[in-house]
Amino acid sequence: MYYLRRMIVELGHFALILAAIAAVVQTFIPLIGAHYRWSSWMAVAGPAATAQFVLVAGSFAALTYAFVVSDFSLRLVVLNSHTLKPMLYKVSGVWGNHEGSMLLWVMILALFGACASWFGRGLSETLKARVLSVQGSVGVAFYAFVLLTSNPFVRLEIPPMDGQDLNPLLQDPGLAFHPPFLYLGYVGLSMTFSFAVAALIEGRVDAAWGRWVRPWTLAAWIFLTIGIALGSWWAYYELGWGGFWFWDPVENASFMPWLLSAALLHSAIVVEKREALKSWTILLAILAFGFSLIGTFIVRSGVLTSVHAFANDPERGLLILIILAVFVGGALTLFAARANTMQAKGVFSMVSRESALVANNILLAVSCFVVFFGTLWPLVAEMLFDQQISVGPPFFDAAFTPFMVALAALMPLGGMLPWKRASLGRAMQPLWGILALSIASGALVFVIRGGGSMLAPIGFVLAIWVIGGAIAELGTRTGRGTVAARFARLRRLPGADWGKAMSHSGLGVTVLGVAALTAWQIEDIRVAQVDVPYEVGGYEITLRDVNKIEGPNYLSTMATIDISKDGEAVVTLRPEKRTYPVARMATTEAAIKNGVFRDLYLVIGDPQDKGGWAVRTYIKPFANWIWAGCIIMALGGVLSLFDRRYRVAAGARKSPNVTGVPAE
Amino acid sequence: MKWLVVLLWLLTGPAFALEPSEMLADPVLEARARALDYEIRCVKCQSESIASSNADWARDARRAVREQIAAGQTDAQVKVFFVARYGEVVLMDPSAKGINLILWVSGPVMLLVAMGVGFVYVRRRDPKRAEPDLDEAEAARLKEIMNS
Repeated sequence: MYYLRRMIVELGHFALILAAIAAVVQTFIPLIGAHYRWSSWMAVAGPAATAQFVLVAGSFAALTYAFVVSDFSLRLVVLNSHTLKPMLYKVSGVWGNHEGSMLLWVMILALFGACASWFGRGLSETLKARVLSVQGSVGVAFYAFVLLTSNPFVRLEIPPMDGQDLNPLLQDPGLAFHPPFLYLGYVGLSMTFSFAVAALIEGRVDAAWGRWVRPWTLAAWIFLTIGIALGSWWAYYELGWGGFWFWDPVENASFMPWLLSAALLHSAIVVEKREALKSWTILLAILAFGFSLIGTFIVRSGVLTSVHAFANDPERGLLILIILAVFVGGALTLFAARANTMQAKGVFSMVSRESALVANNILLAVSCFVVFFGTLWPLVAEMLFDQQISVGPPFFDAAFTPFMVALAALMPLGGMLPWKRASLGRAMQPLWGILALSIASGALVFVIRGGGSMLAPIGFVLAIWVIGGAIAELGTRTGRGTVAARFARLRRLPGADWGKAMSHSGLGVTVLGVAALTAWQIEDIRVAQVDVPYEVGGYEITLRDVNKIEGPNYLSTMATIDISKDGEAVVTLRPEKRTYPVARMATTEAAIKNGVFRDLYLVIGDPQDKGGWAVRTYIKPFANWIWAGCIIMALGGVLSLFDRRYRVAAGARKSPNVTGVPAE
Repeated sequence: MKWLVVLLWLLTGPAFALEPSEMLADPVLEARARALDYEIRCVKCQSESIASSNADWARDARRAVREQIAAGQTDAQVKVFFVARYGEVVLMDPSAKGINLILWVSGPVMLLVAMGVGFVYVRRRDPKRAEPDLDEAEAARLKEIMNS
């Protein structure tokens, strides 16, 4: 058994090296083939991409196996696992560390390349060869990075009896799947990058290119949305005070690609439908992946230290910086040389959907750069001006929020405008009622709160405006006629239309959640005595009991707290404080009673000298709307992704000379 | 081994940031102190305010904030108190002065530039100025792409 185990890990290491070689083949052979129009050379791309994926997936499976069976001859397993750890976290421990997460990164990179070859049969022969070649070259860089600086398969000469456990903060279902989703998003943007660079080499960007690139961007954006939402949700319940966004450098690192991919998503539509904004879209595709690499750099190097830089190492950071410089620098140089060959064709007037999408892109891209600037400013100030400063949430709230306000304000109107030439009056016609409704609800919120910050009323106005606007737009898409006929037409609307309405209203739901939480959150901190009730926001709260409990790999102080309202019991919550002896860390486990309109959020603190326990009570109205909105946004993206038109396009334009059909 | 487990059990883990015992009795003053907590950075931590940090330094800082406020200092004076001792880095945000003015104006400036570029681009695409739409061959090709 022992020797079999050793074999599997060694095979995994070997497979990783072979995958790197496959990536080298995938990079050079098809590129040369495309240049000289050698079909047989171009045809290598598909099988190479498939082989690369199979090999790296095998390597990843071997590492996972080592974690599952707790093979402590591997350094990585010793550092990040423990025999007592629940199975879910043994598995998530694979990517809960630097080396394993980089292996996950290259595996996803290979997966996307393989998908492009499997589903890309309609692509022209040369474009496909070049796309896969560029994708392969990104792979080569990251295989070198993994094998040279971050090899997960490093052995220990004398294996210890047990491991050192995974960071307890990471032992959580929300965070177990946060990194894989983020990586799917980050790396998904490598695909749009590859398409952009391939198009630059090819010297051609047309409507078909726009159609090809959109599903990949959409997929990356969906994954980023889910990944970011998971991280935010985790922070909400795990960090013990119910914050959902901190403007931490690592969070910003994932948020910047999200903003740019959202912009790219919209500009690719203009390329597809109207053959305009071509060079801008190419530039965005390059920058979006650039920001993914910057995100990886920020997280992996720890250059901007933050609350959750778990794994960081300056030397590795330098290597990622070089990769970033080579790929983004190279792509931008190519862009500068070739951008003028991409002539826009579509014309449109100042008031048109095209213009609205230009405005969308300006707001999203500039807001991304604001986040970027704010994130890097402490570094710039220190290096150039020798000033130690920090840039925190108040700056980002003030500098970023106006962009989102403008974006939400424009969204329903922009969605209503037709292509080419539009009339503002006609576009506003179905929206006047929504506008009145949203302003009325904002006024209502203002009156209920009796003044205070304007953020909440504005948030409500925008949320109702955006959600109502999305619904109204669906309504106008059904045209005129009887209600039944319009419903029938509604059901037949393309997936992309539904997806758009859904994603847009998802944003509205998130805005509503943020606004309500900011406006009506109640916080109470006090010493609670056992069996002495106290009142917070209409709820009666009674600490009943505090116990010591032993968990699988932690020790816990668990309180039992009854909550009632108007004499009726609502719920009994059990907040905990856990100590993880092996990792020598403690975590707070808030107890939350989730609700549609409010969360009850309890945290237990320390025993007090004069008796009683410190207890924190929060009432968080509409908190779950924040993440529900993200899920709705992502689902809208999925609907759009499965629009029939993209599937039809996937089989289309099959030229007879396509020979690069991959192994099936 | 058992004694070790018990010992670790007895060790108090990080308490949550603000303790009831730290709070000021006057809710108005406490609310001011609470707001200030979010603007002062825990210099021993990594991008965390003293409001959310569990570190000892943050606790001492919170206590100092409350002492200052109880002594009748204004919010601005409390911040000056901290900046004088730890430098600008103790504030969550740099003040919009000197070199940091660049940071604060960067957003509006970038937006204006982008809007300018966008406006020029859109105006160039205006049908009254630009050349006619697709020629026949291009239109046919587009149709083929869209319908295929």
